[in-house]
Amino acid sequence: MTLTHLLLVAAALFAIGLFGMLARRHAIGVLLSIELMFNAVNLAIVSIAWSRGLATGVVLVLFGIAITVAEAAIGLALVLLVTRVRKTAVLDDLHDLSG
Amino acid sequence: MTLALIVLAGPLIVFAAIACLPPLRRSGRPAAYVSIAGIGASCAAAMAQAAPFLRGAGIEAVRTAEVVWAPIAGAPPIRFGLLVDGLSASMAVLVALVALLVQVYSLAYMAEEKPASLGRYYAYHALFAFAMLGLVLSHNLLQTYVFWELVGLGSYLLIGFWFERPAAGRAAQKAFWTTRLGDVGFAIGIVVLWGAAGTFSFSELFARASGGALGGTALAVGVAGIYLGAMGKSAQAPFHIWLPDAMEGPTPVSALIHAATMVAAGVYLMVRIAPLLALTPQLASAVFAIGVLTAVLAASMALVENDIKRILAFSTVSQLGFMMAAVGSGGAEAAYFHLTTHAFFKALLFLAAGSLIHAVHTNDIFRMGRLARRMPVTAACFAIGALALAGVVPTSGFFSKDEILAAVLAGGHPIGFAILVAVAGMTAFYIGRAFFVALLGAHDAEDQPHESPPAMTLPMIVLGILALAGGALAPAFPRLFEATVSALPAHEASTPIFVPILGTAAAAAGLAIAWAAYQRGALDPGAVRRAAHPIVTVLERRFYVDDVFEAGYRVVYLGVSSAVGWFDRYVVDGVVNAVTWGTWILAGRLRTLQSGRVQDALYFVAGGLLLLAWLAWTG
Repeated sequence: MTLTHLLLVAAALFAIGLFGMLARRHAIGVLLSIELMFNAVNLAIVSIAWSRGLATGVVLVLFGIAITVAEAAIGLALVLLVTRVRKTAVLDDLHDLSG
Repeated sequence: MTLALIVLAGPLIVFAAIACLPPLRRSGRPAAYVSIAGIGASCAAAMAQAAPFLRGAGIEAVRTAEVVWAPIAGAPPIRFGLLVDGLSASMAVLVALVALLVQVYSLAYMAEEKPASLGRYYAYHALFAFAMLGLVLSHNLLQTYVFWELVGLGSYLLIGFWFERPAAGRAAQKAFWTTRLGDVGFAIGIVVLWGAAGTFSFSELFARASGGALGGTALAVGVAGIYLGAMGKSAQAPFHIWLPDAMEGPTPVSALIHAATMVAAGVYLMVRIAPLLALTPQLASAVFAIGVLTAVLAASMALVENDIKRILAFSTVSQLGFMMAAVGSGGAEAAYFHLTTHAFFKALLFLAAGSLIHAVHTNDIFRMGRLARRMPVTAACFAIGALALAGVVPTSGFFSKDEILAAVLAGGHPIGFAILVAVAGMTAFYIGRAFFVALLGAHDAEDQPHESPPAMTLPMIVLGILALAGGALAPAFPRLFEATVSALPAHEASTPIFVPILGTAAAAAGLAIAWAAYQRGALDPGAVRRAAHPIVTVLERRFYVDDVFEAGYRVVYLGVSSAVGWFDRYVVDGVVNAVTWGTWILAGRLRTLQSGRVQDALYFVAGGLLLLAWLAWTG
């Protein structure tokens, strides 16, 4: 298992996340896809840190995961609120900012 | 020589005080007293200043109170200052004196005005007096022009004093624009003369012109331009149309501005530049011809007018024609003499007419009548003014009219002389008609007229004395002209004896016909009117000059305006509108990008990310 394999997995994960972000119709699905992309990036950082024998990458990713938890909490709260007010969380129905 | 500054400062300070201190202006009569005190001081200073010139005590023209107004690199600076010579000193006395008398007269005439309006009235009067005195005392053309326009402003404000009346507002506009039309020529003339001679100063211009440094086309164009300005102010045909309408202003204003001073400014200016006019003989002939034409046209229009103020207005135009004819035939001195006596007797006639109007509240002479017995002082003053205007011995008008006729004859214009003698007869007729109908006529005026208060009769009496005895000033005029920068080479010409005889005969004939027609009843004016129906119609339509101006306005001015308006609306605005429309359409296309769906925005984010990645990869 080399760094290349790991980075390929990370890239695949990122691409799947990107596709999900653009293609999912439900807000929660989009949020999950964004998490997936985030974790793909985390995986890439950890992989590079592992291949170089550095600890800073791991520390950085730990911090990142902690922040992502907070961000996910806020994102889910927003989705809940939108669902309660607009009776839907399907993104195509939420287009009030159209020009 | 600080006297000249006092002459100017009097009305200026009064104007500033009344204009800038609202409580004083709204107080009415106190403002009037302040104004009269100011012009009184100015008048006294002007008299003290003019006395040595009148005595002819070997005094020279002086330039005083000079300041550099605009320095010019590589050339002498443009200076502003005052010129005190025989001409300006005596004219300043005339202006200040008539202004003083008219302001005193106005105290009673305008007594029914609200206090605030009265304050405004006197503020305008002070402004006008300042401008007129400044014009008289200017030592160069540019400064003259500045005061010339200020005088026009004063005239505009005073004609439109009763601005609630639409006719007054229109008359003020008409006067302003008509005189402005001439002033365009004045401005061009000044610039042309400056371009050729490099100076605005009268004395330097005269020196250059007589030395040959200034001449040819530049001199001719310059003098013609200045004459155009003088035509506007002095109501020469065809610019005379504003003066009859200007009678919408208060009568004292007509006496001061539209008889004695402002309309004489054009003649004064031509007398001032007489040395230049003498070098352009063709132009002088034109001035003479237009003067004679004006005299004839205005006198004939006065024959059929019933409004007493308009009769006097046409008479003023006609007399200004006399003066210009004298200037044009080389008799600047005669013109100036007539200007002086005319100022006295015409101001007198206007003040007397104002007194009549004040008593009977109408301008129509046929609604007056039998006023002589009820208003003896006014009637006597009107009679003196009428005799002086007709040129009957021994009133002042006789001497000055005689000098004008002699000057015209000496200038080599026998036909013009004959016409002017005939006009003198017409003058005597129309003023005799006004006198006999208004003051002695059989019709009984309404409203129980009675004599005017002393504040009105006193100025009339003073002017009456001057109009009667003004002929005694005749010997002083050569002395005045000796001490002026505008002096012409003296020419000894003995007046032929038939000149005064013809003049007097014409006056006597005119008065006799008026008496026969309107007093004695020997002639029926109605029959004459019917017989000469087409001519009377032309006269009553004022020779259609107003209509020509109006047609010019409608065709030329409105035509050009609509063409320019079309260009502005469809070409200039069209470009702007096209740009607006293009922007609008483009924006309509672009706004569809803003779908409001979050994932459409995310596509752009993803696209941007890929772009950055690609840049990082290739860079």
